[in-house]
Amino acid sequence: MQRSHSFKTPKRPLQSRDTNQTDLSAWRKKGRTDPEKSVQDQSPNDQKNDNEQDSLKQAFCYFEEVQDRVSLKNSILQKHLTTVESIALQRGLPPEGFNVLLNVALSGKFADTVNTRLLKSLVPASVIPEDSVVSSVSWLCVSKCSGNVQLLFLKWLITVFDFIDHKEQLHALYGFFFSFLQDEKMCPFVCHLLYLLTRKENVKPFRVRRLLDLQAKMGTQSYLQALLSLYKLFCPELVTITLPGKMKAYFRNPEGPWKAAINTVRQRNQENSQVSRPLFLGTSQPQSRKRKWNTQISIPASSTNKNNLEEDREKKRVDLYSTNESFPVEQLQNFSQLLQNIHRLEFPSQMGSVLTNPLLLHYMNCFKDESVDLRLYYWMDQTLQQECTWCVADNSQYEEEFKNFLETVYKTECFLQEGFSSCEEFLYKSLPLWDGFCCRSQILRFVSWIPLRSCSEIKSHLYDPLAQLFLTSSLYFKCSVLESLKELLQNWLNCHVTHLDSESDSEVNSSNTTLSGLVNVVAELIHFVGWISTVALRLESNHTFLLHFILDFYETVCDMYLRYNLPLLIMPPPGVFYAVLLGMDSVNLNQLCYIMYRYRTNLVTAKENELSKKKILQFKFSNQTYQEYNRYITAMVGCLWTSSAFQKDIHPQGISMDDELLKKTAVPDFKTSFNIVCHPAMMSYAFFYLQQAWPDNTTVDFSLIKGKEWNRYLEYLYLQGLKGLKVFIESSVNRISQASHSKSGNV
Amino acid sequence: MEAAADGTGRPRPSTGRLSWGLPFGRARRRSGLSPSSRLLPTPRRPQVKARAAAGVAEDADSQRTAFLLRKQWSLYSVTPLYRFSEAHLRDYSRLLSAFIAAEKKKGLAVEIGGELDIKVAVTSLPDLKGSDRDQAAILVQLSSRSSASPKNSEEKLVWSGWFCCVAGDELSENLPEAFTCLPLFLVNGAESYTAIVGTWFQKTFDCCFRRLSLSPFNLSWMAAMWTGCKVEKPASATELVFSVPRLPHPLHISYAINLEDAQALWDTVQKTPGEITQEEVDVFMDCLYSHFYRHFKIHLSATKLVKVSTAVASAHCDGIIKFRQSQYLTGVLMLLTELAICQIQ
Repeated sequence: MQRSHSFKTPKRPLQSRDTNQTDLSAWRKKGRTDPEKSVQDQSPNDQKNDNEQDSLKQAFCYFEEVQDRVSLKNSILQKHLTTVESIALQRGLPPEGFNVLLNVALSGKFADTVNTRLLKSLVPASVIPEDSVVSSVSWLCVSKCSGNVQLLFLKWLITVFDFIDHKEQLHALYGFFFSFLQDEKMCPFVCHLLYLLTRKENVKPFRVRRLLDLQAKMGTQSYLQALLSLYKLFCPELVTITLPGKMKAYFRNPEGPWKAAINTVRQRNQENSQVSRPLFLGTSQPQSRKRKWNTQISIPASSTNKNNLEEDREKKRVDLYSTNESFPVEQLQNFSQLLQNIHRLEFPSQMGSVLTNPLLLHYMNCFKDESVDLRLYYWMDQTLQQECTWCVADNSQYEEEFKNFLETVYKTECFLQEGFSSCEEFLYKSLPLWDGFCCRSQILRFVSWIPLRSCSEIKSHLYDPLAQLFLTSSLYFKCSVLESLKELLQNWLNCHVTHLDSESDSEVNSSNTTLSGLVNVVAELIHFVGWISTVALRLESNHTFLLHFILDFYETVCDMYLRYNLPLLIMPPPGVFYAVLLGMDSVNLNQLCYIMYRYRTNLVTAKENELSKKKILQFKFSNQTYQEYNRYITAMVGCLWTSSAFQKDIHPQGISMDDELLKKTAVPDFKTSFNIVCHPAMMSYAFFYLQQAWPDNTTVDFSLIKGKEWNRYLEYLYLQGLKGLKVFIESSVNRISQASHSKSGNV
Repeated sequence: MEAAADGTGRPRPSTGRLSWGLPFGRARRRSGLSPSSRLLPTPRRPQVKARAAAGVAEDADSQRTAFLLRKQWSLYSVTPLYRFSEAHLRDYSRLLSAFIAAEKKKGLAVEIGGELDIKVAVTSLPDLKGSDRDQAAILVQLSSRSSASPKNSEEKLVWSGWFCCVAGDELSENLPEAFTCLPLFLVNGAESYTAIVGTWFQKTFDCCFRRLSLSPFNLSWMAAMWTGCKVEKPASATELVFSVPRLPHPLHISYAINLEDAQALWDTVQKTPGEITQEEVDVFMDCLYSHFYRHFKIHLSATKLVKVSTAVASAHCDGIIKFRQSQYLTGVLMLLTELAICQIQ
């Protein structure tokens, strides 16, 4: 419709005048007008619509503000009345109009003819707000309007009952409606309305008595019998009279002008907007025309399980203790209600609805039940598989919808702090077909919630397809994969810690994961990340950004023993370690220092525990881990402190080199090229330090930084925020003797 | 020539393989039967044999299920029904018919208590199951009354659908009591009614429906299995329909084989009677393909098998099936149940 505006009337004279304009644009205009002829024809309509909207607004304003009784012949009143009537019959009234018009019509301000005309034009375009109905019931109670208007209102209410957006407050007015039964004229319509409203909890002995009294007074009327039979259906023990089994029709269809109008309006709306049809009927979603009935992502609304038949009723009679009725989930609005009714709450009829209801998620969290989990599992599993935009052909147009669904599921997982097995299976099934692009962030977030199982086939299902995508995708994809694997590791470790807590509390082994199995799964993940990191660093030529994400992962790994109580420490592979140590980036180097410091703390504590209570320890770190750590620390100290990077490095993949060979490179001062002053990542700090310390010095002489100056330079570095370097040097470098080797060897 | 099934079957996670190649190491164990023997049509099963000996019983059986034959059924898989009870079928009919009435008049006041124009019958089909552990099949029938003369006019069946489970132990045996396992749903009738009935079941029993399509891989299994079945009456030829992919206009190749020829070929392929292996299915299809190539110089393995039609039953890849022999009804249903379970697990 956007383009149609350019064809609006004001421009048309121009067009006809400039017929010999530049050919191209003339042709274009013509070419464009033809296929959109229908659109063009509609454009006056559009304008008319705008006018109508304005005049409708004016009419609403008028009816809202009108104070005194106005004569019927008043031309302004007539004008607005006609506007409302004509628009209502053509396209229906917007929700906000009902309050205004109902208030006017039922307050008795105008003559009955006006009220009738207003009521007759109350045709909804989409929904009717509940508030407007509630306030009109209060008008009914003060009986300002005539009996005829009251009757007409009731007929209207019955006809449009399904268009009211909510009905909770209306249900609360049940008693008021019931009291209207005494009016003989209104009685049939009130019965019909009550028939629509009645719930089981409305059926009370005094109401049954009142209905029976009415029946005695007025004789057997079909409408009374209808209501009684409904009461009997709900509470057979309260209604003992026999009622005729079948009636032709309990209620006459309330004759009124609305039905035809509603149908016209609806047809018109459907024709106009094929894409978005207005929402009818409260929570149930309209089905889009193109999709099949069962293939549509709609998270069901929570509604009480209505599948309670005789069986349940009998149960209730038998079970004398449960005098409480169950609490309907629709009425659950806040947390205090949840607490008060938690003992008599029932899960909704469709478990899928809990996804959008945090209160029910709370309830689910404390109410562990296999069938609850299974219902949710089946629903989610089927929905994910069926709606997956890359596994099912022709689904691609619904990507946005699917994305939102994945988002909702992910949020639920975060809320419950628990991964769904349906999501895990969905990942395993869909990853091999995934292009790594569609719904990327959602899918990668799913990865972080894969549940921790001790014996899993996670390698073939997750790591292999993920590695394939990882190695062939962009740098940013690689970083996001590493990020989600870090979160996966953290979630697993958290899960392990909470299990440890619960086990020590109850002394029951609640999970079927053994510690060794768990250690293996976690080790497998860390090795996988080590491997893809090494390869990725080569592919992306040690990109700083990538290194940052890799080190982030290892920041969790290095602290597993102390923070998560898991007897496992794995050093980063040399491909990662040396890429950072010899890299140009001081931020990453600083982070590596911090990580090595944490490794040290963990290893030292482990060693101490091992020495003090040797028997209890089920697991101890292998000597290999200590050796690996020692080799790294030697290389690091040589590289940052003792200027002996090429001599002291004993790692097989390290940078140890012969002096002879180094001399051949013809690099001057190769010996001092790696320490905290001359290291390529640190050199800029040294440069600025020199500038600060010797502002007059124009030549840069790094050799000035030694002795006391070295210490001052170190303080300068700490002030610059290199906290990782600080803790590393303070812990791993023996400042008095240079025998850092022997110290770290003690670990 | 390449392996028949792989050349044509595009990998789709939902229907890619039969369930013995369980995609995931789930806790549920399969029964001890070998996959191929599970797939065989029932006549060799002991219960059916016993029944056949009774003779009369079998006739009654086939009469009761005769209306299922020679109709096109669209296949759906259904997750287990929560809180379904066979004792309440009459209530379900009543509730479902009210639901249909409400759906049809959605948005306008419903005339309550009047005669409804659609009658719903929910009944049980106790004969349709593989073993006593299976839940009896449930039949849902919608019939309409012509409004002109409501009293004497006949009711006309407008839609029918049935839930069934034939040898679905592997799904049902691990389910809690509150669930009923009827994983296969077959429908004949207008989609609009399927939508209403399906929605009602989804809302009432918290289950999910999904179309069950048949992959070329499964279709070639059906072709081989059903060819091996002996049929008494003179039956039509075995027909395979292939569609040629990536053409501007759809092109279908129909390949009909005389029943005797197909059976003779199958007899030479099958090593142990009563058991079928993947290898045998592949050999059978490869033989057919090479025969076709010799005559028409077309590699059928490069096309997609879309339909298999035999004397026992015919199946279309869109998930449409037609049963031809009541004798093999449970056998075919057993295979379909297995495929349905595979889709929901």
